[in-house]
Amino acid sequence: MGKYYLNYLDELESEAIYILREVWAQFENPVILFSGGKDSILVTHLAKKAFYPSKIPFPLMHVDTGHNFPETIQFRDDLVATLGAQLIVGSVQESIDEGRVAEERGKNATRNALQITTLLDAIAHNKIDCAIGGGRRDEEKARAKERFFSHRDDFGQWDPKNQRPELWNLLNGKHFEGEHFRAFPISNWTEMDVWNYILRENISIPSLYYAHEREVVWRQESWIPVSEFLKLEESEKIEKKKIRFRTLGDITITGGIESDADTLEKIATEVAAMKQTERGNRSDDKRSESAMEDRKRQGYF
Amino acid sequence: MKLDTNQLLRFTTAGSVDDGKSTLIGRLLYDSKSIFEDQLAAVTTTSKRKGHEGVDLALFTDGLKDEREQGITIDVAYRYFTTPKRKFIIADTPGHIQYTRNMVTGASTANAALILVDARHGVIEQTKRHAFIASLLQIPHIIVCVNKMDLVDFSEKVYEDIVTQFEGFSSKLYVKDIQFLPISALLGDNVVNRSENMDWYKGAPLLYTLETLHISSDLNKIDARFPVQTVLRPQSEDFLDYRGYAGRIASGIFRPGDEVTVLPSGFTSTIKTIDTSDGEQEQAYAPMSVAMTLVDDIDISRGDMIVKKNNQPTPVQEFDAMLCWLHNATARPRTKYTIMHTSNEQKAMIKEVVYKIDINTYARNETNKDLDMNDIGRVTIRTTRPLMIDEYRDNRITGSFVLIDDATHETVAAGMIM
Repeated sequence: MGKYYLNYLDELESEAIYILREVWAQFENPVILFSGGKDSILVTHLAKKAFYPSKIPFPLMHVDTGHNFPETIQFRDDLVATLGAQLIVGSVQESIDEGRVAEERGKNATRNALQITTLLDAIAHNKIDCAIGGGRRDEEKARAKERFFSHRDDFGQWDPKNQRPELWNLLNGKHFEGEHFRAFPISNWTEMDVWNYILRENISIPSLYYAHEREVVWRQESWIPVSEFLKLEESEKIEKKKIRFRTLGDITITGGIESDADTLEKIATEVAAMKQTERGNRSDDKRSESAMEDRKRQGYF
Repeated sequence: MKLDTNQLLRFTTAGSVDDGKSTLIGRLLYDSKSIFEDQLAAVTTTSKRKGHEGVDLALFTDGLKDEREQGITIDVAYRYFTTPKRKFIIADTPGHIQYTRNMVTGASTANAALILVDARHGVIEQTKRHAFIASLLQIPHIIVCVNKMDLVDFSEKVYEDIVTQFEGFSSKLYVKDIQFLPISALLGDNVVNRSENMDWYKGAPLLYTLETLHISSDLNKIDARFPVQTVLRPQSEDFLDYRGYAGRIASGIFRPGDEVTVLPSGFTSTIKTIDTSDGEQEQAYAPMSVAMTLVDDIDISRGDMIVKKNNQPTPVQEFDAMLCWLHNATARPRTKYTIMHTSNEQKAMIKEVVYKIDINTYARNETNKDLDMNDIGRVTIRTTRPLMIDEYRDNRITGSFVLIDDATHETVAAGMIM
């Protein structure tokens, strides 16, 4: 007896594969924006499935802030080698050295916003006409308005009030020279869907997502990892905790949570019982109510 | 949650701020425990700042800065929640007349439409508009929520009168499945939990209805259509002669051994394998993404369609369609546009606007036929080369298209083939 419907994970997978194939068919020079986080790893995994038995036809592009977890860089290099893919790196340090951007000052200075310039420079320099991202609509209120194919003008800017309507499965990627698109194949996935799928497919992810012992300090309601970039306040003290990370960004802004989840099964169970959103531990989103929208308008991921 | 069998249901909500649409969505998210503590804390703070009593559920659906400032929805926003039975995607669309294009967008992929009616006002112009769009876009299931029952003393008569009114005008529309529910989004009656104030209502609450809607039959299983997106040619040692036609099944069921015709060339062959990276498949049906290999070496590329030999779409260069105009530049008949239909792209023009339709009264206007933004009309389209079409009523994928303005690259219209 055959069943003629897909379960929801299969349907999400099929939708993402469809979008990735549309990117390949409609653009000349697409890349996958690869951060080393679970969402971009998922997109890469889906791209592998979409073009099997061919290799992934896209290079991976990493915007390197210089404030990385060493584990992320190791994971990136291993994955690129396994896939036989090309890696393009845009360096924030170079943007700083070239005077394109200046380091933020003050106590909570980060390189988060600086990435925008490096990203747009790398897109222009490599003549990229579509950057595929792991953004999800459930992450943040500005992202809830994103299209699968999202247009960026020749300044790399997003105009959320003037987006192309997207009907049925018809994706319009037409653009003029100098403009580019962002494509979001996992728009319709939630954090829980991502974990359930990673578990189902047994996708390899950086060790940072699993519970591990680490030196951390308590800051802005979460455990910030000790690194060469961390400047300790007088009142702060370094502690050793068993933690894991729910999202991965720069080592300077990514807070961990105390956890014993050291297998994918345990992580999925833990995420299902979470009472806080995953970006709650990201200080980049805490700056204002429209922090994400403001950055996205300028060309952020 | 059963990962292996749980389905995905996409639904759209139509209504304006005053209908309590945002409150209803907030209530669904809140009562199904899909709201996180930090989201709740943020909304509680904002509610207090605005001087509301308790938590203003509508704030959960706040979007862009301008929308928060103006208290309106400008663009389609997507929301997600999951219950032990299903995953849900809500396309939250604004209900004002100037946003018809957003409603059409949200409706294009929906399995179900929630239409909100304010119990105090009954069926109004806007209700008719929402019902018309739901029927035009062939949303398989319509659920009419008569909201704010708390403000009419939970009166059965008020509810029954509205049902009668709605049935009266909707008999003119082509709707497959329609249900009615008396609710109070504000108090939660019949949203997730059964109302204690309306004993007279014997049906299920909204969430249960959404969890159990029969959607497996919504997709066309009869007419096998496979638009080719791209061709996979690995040219690696293990797959030296592999030539896989990659795409997503639009409708119907394909199996290895099936006799197929490739359109528009008309060559016939037999399916050798249906592949995914998880292995060869015994069958493929909508909306699966697969790669097909054929027994014969045929020249096939993007824009071609593989169909069953004994069931083919009609190749046409001229056809009628209902067109929804999406752009602020008025439609220009007899001007060239690009038409996107499945994975096929051709040049096309609007040969003629047959009539424009008043979406509030359903009256046809054959005198003023200018299609402006948010207008809907029947048109005749002519293309430079044949398209492989089905009627939209039979097939939402091979029966739909968009028009793109070559000068701006903007998507200017959405069409449903008649």
